[in-house]
Amino acid sequence: MTPPLPSRRGLIFGGAAVSAGALLTSCTSNESNEKGPAQAGGGAADDKPGKAVTVGFAGPQADHGWLNAINEQARARAKEYEDVTLEITEGSNDTAQQIGQIETLINKKVDVLVILPADGKALTQIGLKAMRAGIPVVNLDRVFDSQQAYRCWIGGDNYGMGLNAGRFIGERLKDKKNAKVVELAGIDNLELTRQRTEGFDDALKNYPNIKKVARQAAEFTVESGQAKMAQLLQAQSSFDALWNHDDDQGVGAERAIKQAGRDEFFMVGGAGSKHAMDAIKADNSVLKATVLYPPTMAASAIDLARALGQGKGVGGLAEHEIPASLTLYSAVVTKDNVDEYLPTGFS
Amino acid sequence: MTTGATSGPAVPQPSPPTAAGPAGNGPHPPETTKDPAGPGKPGGPGGGPGKGPARRVPAALTDLRNLSLLGVLVALVVVGAITRPEQFLSGDNLTLVLTQASVIGVVTVGVTLVIIGGGIDLSVGAIVALASVWATTLATQEYGLGGILFCALFVGLGCGLVNGVLIAYGRMVPFIATLAMLASARGLALLISDGRTQVVSVDSVLQLGLPDSYVLGIPPLVLVFAAVTLLGWLVLNRTTFGRRTVAVGGNAEAARLAGIDVKRQRLKLYLISGLCCGIAAFLLIVLTGSGQNTNGNLYELDAIAAAIIGGTLLSGGRGTITGSVLGVLVFTTITNLFALNNLQSDVQQIAKGAIIVAAVLIQNRTARGSGTT
Repeated sequence: MTPPLPSRRGLIFGGAAVSAGALLTSCTSNESNEKGPAQAGGGAADDKPGKAVTVGFAGPQADHGWLNAINEQARARAKEYEDVTLEITEGSNDTAQQIGQIETLINKKVDVLVILPADGKALTQIGLKAMRAGIPVVNLDRVFDSQQAYRCWIGGDNYGMGLNAGRFIGERLKDKKNAKVVELAGIDNLELTRQRTEGFDDALKNYPNIKKVARQAAEFTVESGQAKMAQLLQAQSSFDALWNHDDDQGVGAERAIKQAGRDEFFMVGGAGSKHAMDAIKADNSVLKATVLYPPTMAASAIDLARALGQGKGVGGLAEHEIPASLTLYSAVVTKDNVDEYLPTGFS
Repeated sequence: MTTGATSGPAVPQPSPPTAAGPAGNGPHPPETTKDPAGPGKPGGPGGGPGKGPARRVPAALTDLRNLSLLGVLVALVVVGAITRPEQFLSGDNLTLVLTQASVIGVVTVGVTLVIIGGGIDLSVGAIVALASVWATTLATQEYGLGGILFCALFVGLGCGLVNGVLIAYGRMVPFIATLAMLASARGLALLISDGRTQVVSVDSVLQLGLPDSYVLGIPPLVLVFAAVTLLGWLVLNRTTFGRRTVAVGGNAEAARLAGIDVKRQRLKLYLISGLCCGIAAFLLIVLTGSGQNTNGNLYELDAIAAAIIGGTLLSGGRGTITGSVLGVLVFTTITNLFALNNLQSDVQQIAKGAIIVAAVLIQNRTARGSGTT
């Protein structure tokens, strides 16, 4: 635009644009007045400082509440130990990039590696490489293809999640005739979704009076949770219980339920977000419980890495070595025990 | 905007830059010296010489296209009425389908205008994500409903401005420029939200999505969708701006020679698309009561697909808002139909693909059968 003097319209628009921009930039803050992320549950296994250990940590991009909590838990736990130095890489969902990051950690000669692979199968080779280089690997949650690629695996139990959700719902509905249950699953392309559904179905088989009448898969996002739940509510004019695989999409599901004005059923969540636990505690919505997929596993992985580096076993067990595999329990959080778990809820 | 000639398919009016146009600075002189007809370039469909008469036919056909799309919609409704009569044919379900269509529908209106203008916008989903995240930060929520609305709209506009400037004045290919915006807007959304779900606690916003605030039984979201559709239709069909858009999309060079400021036109189109994304982001915030960086996933593809089955030409110069909105409704109805029949996502995806192909095939057939192309 060429005019030498800006026109009045130009000035007005320009001025408006600048002030709008200024206002917008002041709106990016997400600092809350509340206190920062909470700590992991139990105390450290062995608080006495020992040999100094450098732990390398490589995870996927934290683009999801749960993964974010994983990073926070690992950081916070490492800070608790004087003898642990944490080398944490920037998360990446790209397999090649994550391999590069782990190779850097190997070259830095960290004492122990904690790896949450973006894709377990695709990253098996790098796990093998680290083990061959003499660096023990703690494989977090998404399991490598070969047992030689890690010294210890620790992770959640997707089948168990479904099982416990099914049991909880079954116990509450066991005296009800022709009870109807609805399932809002996660991304159907993922194996973990299939495992959760399998566990849920297996648990419900124990209760012949309960029938799963509908299942739809959302995408772990609030938006998809709202959309799929709205459809489910339209499809089923009345049911008794709902299991939602993921608390993040549950935010959308709860919205859909409110919008439809329905409350004849109770809802069980999954994963264990702070938002869900707050709702369970307040006890003013259909959400009555959530099945954990605890992000505290990252803190435990740091514990295991430290024990590995110092050549110790796990406190409370008779073994001299840490176990080769640890499957975590998917506890059901209800109003009765929510206070215990609230500090581990992620946002 | 002035209302130009009443009817007649958009032949680019060789209007000189008048009041509404870019007063003050005429067509850029240095470019006029290039060979006028631009014979080296393939030109738009039906573009180049003999463009006037060729253009008249498709306009008549768009009605047919819409009719056949309407036929698809009716077929879907019949299937729904047979398989799940009680749930499908209720008023609640109609409200549900329209509500679910509103967010992507608003986005599609903007995208349709951009495509008709010869561009493409791949960044719509990312802009919706960014706007929804930016507008739901704790800092923004302190300003209440107004703050959230303002923020969503202006973030959308801002992204549209960047897109438009890069494409119109930075001479970037729309595909690349908006792809870059897709990547960076998603990145910024992740940066701001830190991957968390930002739950909205402003009651006035949440209330908008609940049955209490329905106007005559119609959710506010659907009203906004209807308003945006109507505005989009008016802009495209009843204003000089609309005719210029079609002209620029059909043959940019000819449009420029006819005295249209092509650059400014393109900039405005991306601004509109950005604004639509901002509106959609606000609707999404109301609908889901939260902002998340994963919002708007694959909206760009859904919007483009809806526009295409609605008869919009991907290379620009032809298309209707009505067709695009019908396209959106077809997709939403399919999703609804499948969910009501409890079909799983694998089947849904396969059938969705098949229906896109079928819809386009039917359209081509009807178009060819009756047209004189």
